[in-house]
Amino acid sequence: MLRRALERFNVSDLSLYVVGAPIIALIVVGSFATLRAGHYTTRQWFDFIIFGLAQGSIYALIALGYTLVYGILRMINFAHSEVFMSGAYAGFFVASALSRSKFLDSNPVVGLLVIFAVAILTSVGVAVLLERIAYRPLRRAPRLVPLITAIGASFFLQYTVRGLFGSQFKTYPTVAILGGTWTLGANFVIQRIQVLVIVAAALLMFGLYSFVQRTKTGKAMRAVSEDKDVAALMGIDVDAIIVRTFVLGAALAGAAGVLYSLMFRQAQFFMGFIPGIKAFTAAVLGGIGNVPGAMLGGVFLGLFESVGPTLFLDGLKVPAPYQLKDVIAFTMLVLVLVFRPTGILGERLARAKA
Amino acid sequence: MALLEVENVHTYYGNIHALKGVSLTVNEGEIVTLIGANGAGKSTMLKTISGLLRPREGTIRLAGEEMSHYKAHEIVGKGVVQVPEGRKIFGRLTVTENLEMGAFSKVDGAAIAEDMQRVFALFPRLKERRHQLGGTLSGGEQQMLATGRGLMARPRVLLMDEPSMGLAPILVQSIFATLQQLHRAGTTILLVEQNARIALQVADRGYVIQTGEVILSDTAENLRRNEMVRKAYLGIS
Repeated sequence: MLRRALERFNVSDLSLYVVGAPIIALIVVGSFATLRAGHYTTRQWFDFIIFGLAQGSIYALIALGYTLVYGILRMINFAHSEVFMSGAYAGFFVASALSRSKFLDSNPVVGLLVIFAVAILTSVGVAVLLERIAYRPLRRAPRLVPLITAIGASFFLQYTVRGLFGSQFKTYPTVAILGGTWTLGANFVIQRIQVLVIVAAALLMFGLYSFVQRTKTGKAMRAVSEDKDVAALMGIDVDAIIVRTFVLGAALAGAAGVLYSLMFRQAQFFMGFIPGIKAFTAAVLGGIGNVPGAMLGGVFLGLFESVGPTLFLDGLKVPAPYQLKDVIAFTMLVLVLVFRPTGILGERLARAKA
Repeated sequence: MALLEVENVHTYYGNIHALKGVSLTVNEGEIVTLIGANGAGKSTMLKTISGLLRPREGTIRLAGEEMSHYKAHEIVGKGVVQVPEGRKIFGRLTVTENLEMGAFSKVDGAAIAEDMQRVFALFPRLKERRHQLGGTLSGGEQQMLATGRGLMARPRVLLMDEPSMGLAPILVQSIFATLQQLHRAGTTILLVEQNARIALQVADRGYVIQTGEVILSDTAENLRRNEMVRKAYLGIS
């Protein structure tokens, strides 16, 4: 008995627990100290939470693209961050044109819808080309091969945009109706743009979930993700379903691109990288391949990143804890992978083979 | 003219020559069985007919129309429907959703609903479990679901790959009783089986396949009496 237990408990496992346990202790002690010190008002915590929800909604929208494609092809589409960037960039051109012509001020709702539509179409176009050119010819190749082309495609798209439009940050025009704040109750203030981001993301995710659960295409997507050959024996055109999966993921990424740019008021060729990596983290966190998992993982990561630095580190007298938000996000990824490799809701990444 | 005609088909798995010029025919309304040992090429034959594998040589015709250039999902649309080996139901889809997937090539909602009622009448067990996930069904129920799912496509030819595999004898009896019921209702079936005894009981004609070649073909009755078949496949000396 003891020998078997010892064999199973190998040195690398042990070292992971040695790293993990103090971090969890640190989080607990830090949170306790911060809350006891009481430097922050309820209103500030509220701000952190709302910002985290907005940020997390965007991660969730992007994460869905990773998880949908992974679910169906067992492949991480590392160029997905560039699908997001393309949408944001296309949205930028439409937004600045509409802003210059004053259309955005006179018809803000129509203007925003046009911006979203163009961004979504651009992202979808990029994703469909990506699938056709970079992935489909490699469908039968070893799994590492499409992963490499994904990274190559990612660089190709980044530097194409940089070559065409330059490397400087483009400032997104302001949309007057999104500028202000709303006051809730006594002293809770919420920015309008954050409300738009959270509500739009929630609606899109609800729409996607219903689509996957209820429509014929959604059911076929789930069937293809279980077994491509058997799906073909049902008369399902597997390639067409794969394309539709890319289209769905890209549409969400395009919308996320505009929401992100409206919130942070900028677009740049490299803007997809960090949100892309974070969204991938969120997808793994929720359980890659699992649709509700990606939503949950995204929102959770956003909240953790927003509330975490202050909550965990301020009480430990760490100066400027907010600078460490990325450290916290990725520490959490490592912890989740150590203690729950399947993610919150999903299947094992080890089965992924990339 | 036979409904399904397979002529001189050669199929390769990489460099392995799995089918070496197989020919067979299935007439309208017949149950034809393809029997043989493990690795003889039975499943390869069905995969080739279904378009999951491409024959390097030879022709496959349905009612005279050449089929071998169609893709797998198009072949289903033409009416050649396979119930794959090992059942392969979608474990994370409900029973109803599995049946809907079987009817994927159909667009007429009313006809689909009608077919589903027919499947439920054939397998009342599935109706009881229609909201359950496929993966939670027992082996026998999964075979019912796989068969029902195949019928949802309204097959002109139903290809059954090892329906008896992994099932208790009593369930095997009930599945084959269902096949006979379908046969009486006019369904054309090409049945691949390792269990030659039961396959030759329900079939009209049979082919014996060995290492990728048809070595014998006759009526089921004659095959049951054949000395070689009795020794090698029925275990009677």
